[in-house]
Amino acid sequence: MLEIKNLHVAIDGKEILKGIDLSLPDGQVHAIMGPNGSGKSTLSYVLAGRDGYTVTQGSVTLKGKDILSLSPDQRAAQGVFLAMQYPVEIPGVTTMSFLKTALNALRKARGQNPLDALQILKLLREKAKALDLSQELLSRAVNVGFSGGEKKRNEVLQMAVLEPSLCLLDETDSGLDIDALRVVANGVNALRAPSRSMLVITHYQRLLDYIKPDVVHVLAYGKIRQSGGPELAKELEKTGYAAFAREDA
Amino acid sequence: MTDTPRSAALELASQPYKYGFVTDVPSDTAPLGLSEDTLRFISTKKNEPSWLLHWRLEAFRAWTSMKEPRWAKVHYPPIDYQAASYFSAPKAGPKTGPKTLDDVDPEILRTYEKLGIPLREQEILAGVTAPSVAVDAVFDSVSVATTFKKELEKHGIIFCPISEAVLKYPEMVQKYLGSVVPVRDNFFAALNSAVFTDGSFVYIPPGVTCPMELSTYFRINAKNTGQFERTLIVADHGASVSYLEGCSAPQRDENQLHAAVVELVALDDASIKYSTVQNWYPGDKNGKGGIYNFVTKRGACRGKRSKISWTQVETGSAITWKYPSCILQGDESVGAFYSVAVTNNAQQADTGTKMIHIGKNTRSTIISKGISAGRSQNSYRGLVKILRSASGARNKSQCDSLLIGDACGAHTFPVIESRQPSARVEHEASTSKVSEEQLFYCRQRGLSSEDAMALIIGGFCREVLQELPMEFAVEAQKLLGISLEGSVG
Repeated sequence: MLEIKNLHVAIDGKEILKGIDLSLPDGQVHAIMGPNGSGKSTLSYVLAGRDGYTVTQGSVTLKGKDILSLSPDQRAAQGVFLAMQYPVEIPGVTTMSFLKTALNALRKARGQNPLDALQILKLLREKAKALDLSQELLSRAVNVGFSGGEKKRNEVLQMAVLEPSLCLLDETDSGLDIDALRVVANGVNALRAPSRSMLVITHYQRLLDYIKPDVVHVLAYGKIRQSGGPELAKELEKTGYAAFAREDA
Repeated sequence: MTDTPRSAALELASQPYKYGFVTDVPSDTAPLGLSEDTLRFISTKKNEPSWLLHWRLEAFRAWTSMKEPRWAKVHYPPIDYQAASYFSAPKAGPKTGPKTLDDVDPEILRTYEKLGIPLREQEILAGVTAPSVAVDAVFDSVSVATTFKKELEKHGIIFCPISEAVLKYPEMVQKYLGSVVPVRDNFFAALNSAVFTDGSFVYIPPGVTCPMELSTYFRINAKNTGQFERTLIVADHGASVSYLEGCSAPQRDENQLHAAVVELVALDDASIKYSTVQNWYPGDKNGKGGIYNFVTKRGACRGKRSKISWTQVETGSAITWKYPSCILQGDESVGAFYSVAVTNNAQQADTGTKMIHIGKNTRSTIISKGISAGRSQNSYRGLVKILRSASGARNKSQCDSLLIGDACGAHTFPVIESRQPSARVEHEASTSKVSEEQLFYCRQRGLSSEDAMALIIGGFCREVLQELPMEFAVEAQKLLGISLEGSVG
């Protein structure tokens, strides 16, 4: 699904990612853990194509195709979805119409017919119910006045509706209480599929109790320092990230 | 879009105005210049009664003693009023308007077809085009067609070119013309009163709710002419009507003047909803050419519990100078102003409203959304005036500005004058930018940069757009997207 090779990324001339290698096969869930400032969010933004991040070296392919030359919307059409740490508010645009516009833009790019308002409504209601999101939320402006938990569930709702092949979850657990965390994790788990891969970025092991990863990577100071099975997350919970001191300091 | 968004945006920016074509029809045009003879020429062309010629002459004499207003936050070189022609009519059409569409030059019919304005009733009734809109089509200085007149007559509704109303309903026109905007009201209103050519007249009789939307579509076509239309709408006791105005002009390098006057009169329990989608040619990227849109629009809520609402979506014109206002004279009358003004490239807009509270318990609402991009300047100018007589008056104003890029400007000049201690006036204002986060969020979900911008802008304007009749709201949102094309990327 996703192949990252020797990826170097700089922001304003300062190197943040210093040679990332990562291979995420179809249907697998990999977790990326690491201390604050290690470059976790940078990695997710670079993969999604946000402006302001300069790739100085390396390559990223999705299903064998280079994506670094694509715009964010073209990457979305190829199946990239980023559930953001801080979902953005869009005043005056209802969640319903936002998702309708997005879904039909993606369907168009993928050569499918657009869905009409009624079909979308039915789809959204179904998906919202599964995530324990109230119907009323769909007719409110995107993320405006949403609680932290509602915002995160709204991200998962969008993921469920847009059916991406690569899901990037950036600190999806931050700001969630244990009940909300369970709901969000259940929503994510329901989306696990052989044709879909996920990269779960988190600071804490807690989320991984609910979303079981196939592989755990430790990202610190711009490089992947260690990779292993789910037990690596448990270990980190005890030892912390102190072992991964800067090599280049 | 398979192209990269940046180059697609550039491509779109190079062809921003879709309505800039010229129709090639022989026309009957007055010689350049403005004098009392010009007024006589117009008056003769239109077979006008002598009272109207005298009215024009009085306005012209007033105008010659008046000075062009310079208080608005707009800049332009002095206008040579002698360098324009004040009358231009396509030759094929008789002076007082053709009787049927067969009398209209096919070139003109094609023009309206191209603009998407339905003139053929049969097609409309057959469901080929959008139903329930009656159209008065004004081409340069004359009305070329008015649809559904017969259907409307069944309800006692008069909907016709004002030049026809002058001949057929002189008493009514004489009673109301200039009663809301007097000839000496301001420089441009005086000019319009002297040289106005066509426009629409609407009368809704007591107790009648107009069964369809009425609309007038103004098209400036000829070179070196201005358009000076005059619209008068009267809603009698308990009557109600929704009216829409649209406009466009060819793309020319010279500036053209559009100085219109619109007067609305609402009697007891009457309501008038007036919507405008203004899309005059805005000039090119460097500010060359474009329409000078200097317009006076005012509604009088004369009757008790009467209502007038102005909804405007202003996307065109090089310069817009326009303040649709309400005089709330009748007790418990209600005025509203909903506005979206978009400026891009070198456009300048100075627009807003005046709400004059005279009657008891009068209420007014102002919602203004200004969007500035490019190097444009966008000003909101508003006056809420509450007279001593207006006990219990209430006003709520909200002015929001949205900036796109770093080179544009947004300004607000709200003035509140209250002489009535029981009045309640609220004013809210905000300024925001379209953030990179918002655009990225939308694009991550699959929207192109242009669609992302249109969605965010549409959200910002939602409170205003939802006031428009449904089919026009969709058009207006598209137009907003087109107007801002090339401003991101």
